[in-house]
This record gives sequence, structure tokens and C-alpha cells, in this order.
Amino acid sequence: MIRIFLSLIIFVVTAFPSFAEVKIQEVTSPNGIKAWLVSEPSIPIIAFDIAFRGGASLDSDDKSGATYLMAATLEEGTGDMDAAAFLRASESLAARFGFSASRDSVSITAEVLKSNATEALDLLKQAITKPAFNEVAVDRVKMQILSSLASDETDPDAIAAKAMRELSFPNHPYARAKEGTIETVQSLTPDDVNVAHQNAMALDRIFIGVVGDVTADELGPMLDTLLGDLPATGAPMPTKTPFGATGGTTVVEFETPQAQALWAQAGLDRHDPDFFAAYVMNRILGGGGFTSRLTEEVREKRGLTYGVYSFIASGDFGDYIGGSVASANGRIKEALDVIRAEWVRMADGGVTADELDAAKTYLTGAYPLRFDGNSQIAGILAGMQSQELPIEYINTRNDQVNAVTIEDVSRVAKRLLKPDELRFVVVGKPEGVSSTD
Amino acid sequence: MNIRRLFVAMTMLIIPSVAIADNENVSTFTLDNGMQAVVIEDHRAPVVTHMVWYKVGAADEAPGKSGIAHFLEHLLFKGTDKMAAGEFSQIVAANGGSENAFTNQDYTGYFQRIAADRLPLMMELEADRMQGLKLTEAEVLPERDVIIEERNSRTESNPGALFSEHRTALMFDNHPYGIPVIGWMHEIAQLSREDALEFYKTYYAPNNAILIVAGDVEPDHVKELAQKYYGPLTPSTAIPERIRPIEPPHRAAVRTIFEDPRVRQPYVIRNYAATNRKAGDQKEAAALTMFVELFGGSGVTSFMGQRMQLDKKVSINQAAFYEGVSYDPHSLGIYAVPAPGVGLTALEAELDATIDAFLQEGVDVDHLARLKTQIAASEIYALDDQSGLARRYGEALTAGLTIADVQGWADALQAVTPDDIMNAARNVLNNKASVTGWLVADKESAK
Repeated sequence: MIRIFLSLIIFVVTAFPSFAEVKIQEVTSPNGIKAWLVSEPSIPIIAFDIAFRGGASLDSDDKSGATYLMAATLEEGTGDMDAAAFLRASESLAARFGFSASRDSVSITAEVLKSNATEALDLLKQAITKPAFNEVAVDRVKMQILSSLASDETDPDAIAAKAMRELSFPNHPYARAKEGTIETVQSLTPDDVNVAHQNAMALDRIFIGVVGDVTADELGPMLDTLLGDLPATGAPMPTKTPFGATGGTTVVEFETPQAQALWAQAGLDRHDPDFFAAYVMNRILGGGGFTSRLTEEVREKRGLTYGVYSFIASGDFGDYIGGSVASANGRIKEALDVIRAEWVRMADGGVTADELDAAKTYLTGAYPLRFDGNSQIAGILAGMQSQELPIEYINTRNDQVNAVTIEDVSRVAKRLLKPDELRFVVVGKPEGVSSTD
Repeated sequence: MNIRRLFVAMTMLIIPSVAIADNENVSTFTLDNGMQAVVIEDHRAPVVTHMVWYKVGAADEAPGKSGIAHFLEHLLFKGTDKMAAGEFSQIVAANGGSENAFTNQDYTGYFQRIAADRLPLMMELEADRMQGLKLTEAEVLPERDVIIEERNSRTESNPGALFSEHRTALMFDNHPYGIPVIGWMHEIAQLSREDALEFYKTYYAPNNAILIVAGDVEPDHVKELAQKYYGPLTPSTAIPERIRPIEPPHRAAVRTIFEDPRVRQPYVIRNYAATNRKAGDQKEAAALTMFVELFGGSGVTSFMGQRMQLDKKVSINQAAFYEGVSYDPHSLGIYAVPAPGVGLTALEAELDATIDAFLQEGVDVDHLARLKTQIAASEIYALDDQSGLARRYGEALTAGLTIADVQGWADALQAVTPDDIMNAARNVLNNKASVTGWLVADKESAK
């Protein structure tokens, strides 16, 4: 009976339906602020995604965490309003704002009703351009961040991530947590937060995606009102750094029943000509879902873990290829041995034609599923711009996936995957695993 | 800044979920074999969410077999008469779909998101595994190890999760909601292939399942497809009536202190026994929903935030939470995380004082008006979330609610008066039916 289903699969290798046309317009405001817009009038809402490149990587070592604190304090009061007044105003307008910082960017998201978009954006403008950053508010947010940083000290995931960051990107902002350290956050002042605001939120590093019930003509003036008061330039960007860890194993002793492991090695730039081949290769190796080699070997066949993944992390200021797994202390060694063997198998042997076809049909078919709502699409538009992808990328992306050949995957696997250069970090009491240096 | 880290599992949305405004987009039918279906149209993109929800969850497990509902959910990805183990997922992936499954106290669900023209194939696959599952020991035993590792990851590695499990057990003297969905470790370790198949044969049948299809589909076409693929399945005449052991009255406040050396951020949390949304009668649950929003739903503008975090400065984070969708009554909760230097004794005293103050001062009508504005708006925002709408129907229908209840929920919330809120609050804030817990690294340092 399996044949019935096989006959059904065969036709899918042919074309997928082209997904709803995502028609992107580039809008330039009267004052020269650029945004990508998808006009989608069927629901009377508008979603904004505004990204400022740089993010927590702009912090100096002694002010580490300043940008993260700044982003978290944007909603805690403005020139005219304290934190509660600001939140009450946004509640009255039923506007939904989000403020966050990652290592590569500061991100502001907004979903507003068409019916009161002007008032909602006026309110958001005050948070973006006139945040108060008064001492009471800064201290309140600092306490929340410090609480979270304290909890990280006993969280196996966070312990492993810290060790891996420091090994992978020594003497670079990527070595630090975006939240900073307990010591640096304690020392941050409202002045530091103001400086972080000036450093991070400037017009020379802004990427904007807008989706919803708004036209290009309406959007231009909105952008000028919302963002026009920001400074033209911000702080210099950090330089991109090479991957710094050597091959080996680092064990961090920690009392826990289950060991948490990460691994990493040098990666590749988002604009490397081999990026799509590497991306397809990773899907087959360990890229999520139930069908990767790592999931098959570590989880399905041996029951060693609930989740095992590999990934390609290509950041603005550094790249790596890595993965994660968690297994009981007595079983983690077997899991790591299998993972290492899979790294070797892929580097030496590449993939089969069936694996490649399955990966391509998955990746090309799943791509439209990401366009799942106005705010998701706005995020994709801002992300495309910050990655310097062309405006027609959405329409060509699946062609680039389909163009990857079996030879491309073999070549890129051989070029990139270096089993001897893998650095493992294991947090727990792993049996049979010890530090190599 | 809204910190949610500690409480992700229990925190409800800032804005309560409500039914969509445009009910014309939602239609329903029932197949001759008893399988109920809901179709939610969203034609913005040629994508579909296909879900099958079973009206069985962890609270329906036999004593001593905790975790079997969740274990079976994992095993549904093994083979059937027609399919080899793992083939289901390979086919979904090869068709560009994403998929997953989930288990809770009251339901077990399976879903795929995929190009809309692949809906027939998804139905064929899902119908096949509703009654055709085949399991071998060689598949079952490694999967049991996977679940042991899942419990390690979710629970054993996380003192907050262990604490939550312990408090939940204390909340229920008799009802199985006190047993964790994933199961107790010692019982998971004993679950067998036979246990899984028995549970499967008892509960997996079209007349115990709900089909939900959301996306770029026409209801008539979905009905034709459902008749073709799910229609031939045989209904069961032996599905046990869903009667769980009922809680006796609670007569004394329960307190617990949970010590774990990994704890870096202590907190205090209390749950009160609370009613749930009932078919045709959602008034009390609506009032409780509005109460938790006013009292502790929105950070610094909530009554708790204003008093505890801003004025008294005893907490860095605090909230109230209530999930009214459950088959049997569950609970309403409040928690507070102390500011540096504040002990849990003082914090809990202030928590009690804050409750007293709310009961004294009553409802801030401006705040209530803002909340109702947000609820009205959330009906519009909800149209932008196809999967969220599908989940809303699945959760409600497996909790014994009807489509009319889902669609009437927004109106039920809008109709709540300040008197309703105060009556519901006085009713639920009964210390004799409460469990108060402290999570601490060690008892002495946290006082």
C-alpha cells in the first residue's frame, strides 16, 4: 500500500503553486527615509518592523548591556509621560508595540489599527525619539535584567551558550551576552542609556518593512513624522571577526541530570556564492523537522535526545556553523560520537539525489508558509533589507534553492565541514567526556 | 519591559483571546460517522492549516499510566498498515509542509501547514493514522527514551518547572489535573506498546475527533474531501464517557516551600480553585477573565503593577493569570517576583494587602473601558492569525464548548460589568481553596 502514497509524492517534485504575490514597493518619504511596503487592505490594520543595524554589538566592553537596557526602557516613559501613562495611552489606542535588541540590531515592531494609526504612530514616535530614560525607569528595568542574568548562571543552556560565545569570538562583541553581565549592568546609568540610544538609533542604519492597509502615498509622510527627528548618523560599526575556537571539547561541570551540548566551527558569509548550497546541505544534515540525518540517527534510531539540530549562523559581524543536543549524562557521549560521525559522513560523501530532491521540495514549499500574517511579512521585508538582498529576492529565492546540484552540496560539504575543527561545549556531568584543553 | 521568562507556560495573553468578528468566515459540518469539522476561510495566501484534535488528553489516562496520551502522540509518527515508520513526516516535508503535534490535559492534536492544494494528501495521511497505527517494540522503546529526554529537558533541568508540577499536584486532591501531562518519570519508564495501543483503540475514532481546516479553502470543497477521506472511518461505540473524578470542597489553605539550589530568582505564586467556561454559560469565566486583566494583566498599568512595582517597589514583576478553557474547573493564579532586598514574607504580605485593596477600591472604570477597546480591536487583529484562530476552535471544542460559545466570547467579555467583576473576584479569592508556593534556593535566605 505504500505505493499509493509514493505515486502521490511523485508529482509534487513538479512546481508548487506560486504563492500569493507579495508585491513589494520601495517607498521613499519626502525627507528621504526608505521603506519596503506591501499594501494589503483586506484587514484594517498596519504592521511596522523597524530595524537598526548594530544592536548590542555597538556596546563597549565596560558598557556591555547598554543597548539591550536602552531598548527595554524605550516603553518606560517619554518626555511627556511616565511608564504607566505611556502604556495607558497605547492601551486606549489598542496599539501593540514591541522593543528589543539582539546582537545585530535594535528592533521596533508595531501593529496599529488603521482607524487611529495617526495617533498610534504619534505615540510611538515619542518612545523612539523622545524617551525619558529617567533614573527610576532605568533602575526598574535594570532589576528585571539582573534577575534574568542571575537565573542564567544556573541554566544549562545559558551556561553552554556563554562558554561557546567566548571560545568562538574572543575579544569581539560577539563574545558577550547581549544583556551584558551582572557587573556591567549594575554600573549602567541613564547617561549610558542615552548614549546607547544615540549610538544605535540613527537614520544611517535603518531598515523598514510595512504591511497592511496603507498606500505608498500615505506611508511617506508617516515615516517622516515617526522617524524624522532621529539623528542622521550613529556609532561606527564593529568589524567582522573570524571564528576563533579550535577543535576540541570543553566540559563545564554542573549538577544536572541531563547534559546540554553545543558545537561550532567556522561558517560562511550570507553573501558567499555557496550560501544556498550550504543551506540545502544543512537541511539534510540537521535542519529541523523529523527528517534530518541527525534526527534520524540520534533521536529516531537511538532515542538519545528529544531534539538535535545543526544550523548555519551567518551574522553581520561573524559566522559559524553549529548545533545543539541534550542527553542524559550517561548517554551524551554516544550522542556526540554519532554527531561527529555524521559530520564526517557529510564532509566525505555529500548527499544522495533523493535527499537533495526531498530537501529542495521541502525548502521551496515551506518558504511561502513564512508569509503568515502582516507582522511576519513586515519582519521579512526589514530582514531582507538588512541582509542587503534585492527587492525581487522573494521571487527568485526558490530558483536559487532549486539550482543547487548534488555536486554543489558535495563541494560545499567538503569545503565547510571540518570534523577535526569542531569545538564541543558540554554542560553537566557527562560520563566519558572530558575537556581536551 | 515586560518580562515573561519565568512564567511562559502559565502567563496568558495581555489581551484575552476572543472570537473573530466576521463569523461568516467560519462554517461547520458533521460527518455521518460523528466527526465534527470547522472551516475557517482566509484567502490571502494559498496556504492551509489542517488539524485533527482528539477529545482525549492526559486527564483521561488510567491511574498509573501517566504520560500515555503524550507517548501515543509521539508514536502516531510511526507506521501504519500503509506507511513505514517516519514516512508520514517524509511525505509532509517533501510537500513543503511543516507539521507538529501537541498534548494537553484535555486534548491531543496533530497539524500540518502546507500549500492549499495539498489538503487532500494531508487528509489521506491523517485519516490513515487515525485507525491504522502499527507499532513494533523496536520503534516504541527508543521513542520512550526520547520522552524521558524530553522530560529531562522540559522539567528535570528546570527548577521552575519542577515547582510548577509540585504545586499543581497540591491543587487537586482528586482530579487528574494534578498529574503532569508528560507523566511522572517512574511511570513513563514503565509505559509499554500495549498501553499505547489500548489507549489508541479506546479513544482514536472519528466520533471523538474534530477536523479544523483554516486557510485558502472553500467550505463545500473541504466537506467533499472530508467525506472522501474521513467519511469511511468507523465510529467507535465504546468511547468512555468523559467523567473525571471531581474535586471535593477544599477546606484549608495549602502552603509549600520548594527548595532547589539552582534557583537564583525566588518568587511567590498562589493558585485559587476557579470555574471554567461552560457551554452556554460563560458569564462567570468572562468576569474572571476581566478581573485578572484589571488586577494583573498588563504590567505597570494593572492594579498589581501600579501598587506593588511602581508605588511600594516590592516587586520587579507580577501578574495574574487565568485560562478559562478547560473541560473541568481549573484555577486562577497570581505571582510576584521580589525586588532586591525584599523577602518573600514581606512580599506575600504585600500581595495580600494588594488583594484587599482591590476588593476595597473596586473597578477602575477607565481601565475597564481601555480593556474593552482592546478586546474589540483584538477581534480585528485575530483575522491576521490563521493558525491562532484554528487553535482557538480546537481548544474550545475539546473542552466541551460549542462554536456558538467561541463566537459569543467577545460579547460575553464586553457585557461584563464592574459588579460582575467584583462578585467573581470575591468568590474566587478564597484562601481555603488556594495553594501558595515559594520557590527558593534555600528556605532561610528567602524569608
